Amino acid sequence: MSLALITRKILRLLFTLWAAVTFVFVILRLSGDPVIALVPPDLPDAIIEIYRARLGLDQPLPMQYLAYLGGVLAGDFGFSFRTQDSALALVASRLPATLLLGGTAMLLAVMVGCALGLLAALKRNTALDRGAMAIAIFGFAMPNFFFGVLLILLFTLTLGWLPSAGLESGWHLILPALTLGLASAGVFARFMRSSLLEVLEQPYMRTARAKGLTLRARLWRHAIPNAALPLITVLGLSIGALIGGAVVTETVFGWPGVGRLLVVSVGERDLAVVQLLVLLVALTMGVTNLLVDILYGVIDPRVRVREAGG
Amino acid sequence: MSQVMTRLPRTTRGGWLQPGTLIPLTFLALILLFAGLGDLLTPYAHDQSNLLARNRPPVFLGGGWEYPLGTDRLGRDVIARLVLATRITVLVAVVGTLIGAVLGTTLGLIAAHRRGVTEDAIMMAVDIQASLPFIIIALAVLAFFGNSLLLFLMLMGIYGWETYARLTRAAALSIRGQPYSLSALALGVGTTGLFVRHILPNITHVLIVQFTLNFPQTILLETGLSFLGLGIQSPLTSLGQMLGDGRDSLISSWWVAVIPGTLIFLTTLSLSLLGDRLRDHLDPTLRGRR
Repeated sequence: MSLALITRKILRLLFTLWAAVTFVFVILRLSGDPVIALVPPDLPDAIIEIYRARLGLDQPLPMQYLAYLGGVLAGDFGFSFRTQDSALALVASRLPATLLLGGTAMLLAVMVGCALGLLAALKRNTALDRGAMAIAIFGFAMPNFFFGVLLILLFTLTLGWLPSAGLESGWHLILPALTLGLASAGVFARFMRSSLLEVLEQPYMRTARAKGLTLRARLWRHAIPNAALPLITVLGLSIGALIGGAVVTETVFGWPGVGRLLVVSVGERDLAVVQLLVLLVALTMGVTNLLVDILYGVIDPRVRVREAGG
Repeated sequence: MSQVMTRLPRTTRGGWLQPGTLIPLTFLALILLFAGLGDLLTPYAHDQSNLLARNRPPVFLGGGWEYPLGTDRLGRDVIARLVLATRITVLVAVVGTLIGAVLGTTLGLIAAHRRGVTEDAIMMAVDIQASLPFIIIALAVLAFFGNSLLLFLMLMGIYGWETYARLTRAAALSIRGQPYSLSALALGVGTTGLFVRHILPNITHVLIVQFTLNFPQTILLETGLSFLGLGIQSPLTSLGQMLGDGRDSLISSWWVAVIPGTLIFLTTLSLSLLGDRLRDHLDPTLRGRR
């Protein structure tokens, strides 16, 4: 991937982030008096005026916008009125739990999904294929909040094997990771299957067979690497689904991560925290897409050749 | 030879009369019937609580016929709540998906029609919405504006519009270059006439497929937000809200959560299966590839 293209993509990412920041600013101003939203309810008017002056909200709108942009760039996202902490510190303290959960779920989804898709493609139109695709459709249609509740009902309340709430040991990770990974595993399985089926029909697969390679060598040297390439794109896309799923999953399992923090903050209208989390999600998704694009060029020589040619 | 083989239709044999379509269709019909006429099944109102009959199990778990599907922790009849919940969930999904389809298609057509700055602005909005998971946008809007049924319905409508816009614009642009579009223009139909009379009917199948894909997604979004306590609010209820409510009493009355959850799952499953069928049926380019 050429440097110019990467620069363009980075500029595009910066633009999207700027759009997200502006969106949050506009919405904040549209939704009523921001001071009312940012300070605890039932304050006397005099104190609200002091807050207004201190927050710079007595300035004209363009000045406020510049001040807001400056604050965001300096890492100043305001304070949570629920806990009185800085929003940034609050989010930072919850981030590791979410990364642990999300990482585990993603790993699980990739491994299980690819294995299922692989089996389905190799045993095409057999009972195994149909079974694997049934699991994939199940994962797609099953709402994660219901799947989580079912897992708790079975493994915690009935069998008593696994804990269902909090984060005290590795055992606590199992049910939430299963819940969060299910939907993405279904997507990976379906994609892997169709991608591999396409590769298996390519002329180079026939060549590999003609020159006498064993099935194992044909699969591992030729078919799987080529079939897995487009999965990187799906990986990037599923980050968004994973973030959305984490919000729900963390609530079901009382997981002390940012997803749970977001739901609680929305319920209490703790706007400083909500706006920071929205920007964080936009940043995560933007950077992921950028990395996917770059990675694609690094791994797949055809992309480089095509770009150099055209 | 292989050319001829791949051209043989694989899935059209038997048409719609096969278990893969009939079972989901029947289930969806039953759900609609239940939402419409379910009141006849129970003498109780959805908010009528009987504290002497709390956490009664359903008939199949040893409960009485007084409450065939049991009661929740406030002694409310599960059937009565289920009827209202199904009704709300179906209504919100239908209205939301329709708003999204109309909004997206209109904007997509406008983008293809006007080009220039209008097109850039619409496509930029599409990009921005696609750059965030919608549940995050929905949560932010709910946090900033508070919750009301109207706002919530509008949110459901905004969900998914960007896919319609993108599909419509692309399809309209490609059809615009077709010979029959040019002949229509030459015959003097005018651009608006061309879009409404000739282009829209030709992209209907794309839109129908997208509608069936979008519909279960809207149900999942609504039930998810309601499950979190941020969607449909009491005294109304939706299948998701019921499930979230029942989660607090899993130990004493798990059926209050599991019954609505099963309905959500079976509904989205049926819709997805039908959507897949419909896509195979309406989109000839996909036929035989899967």
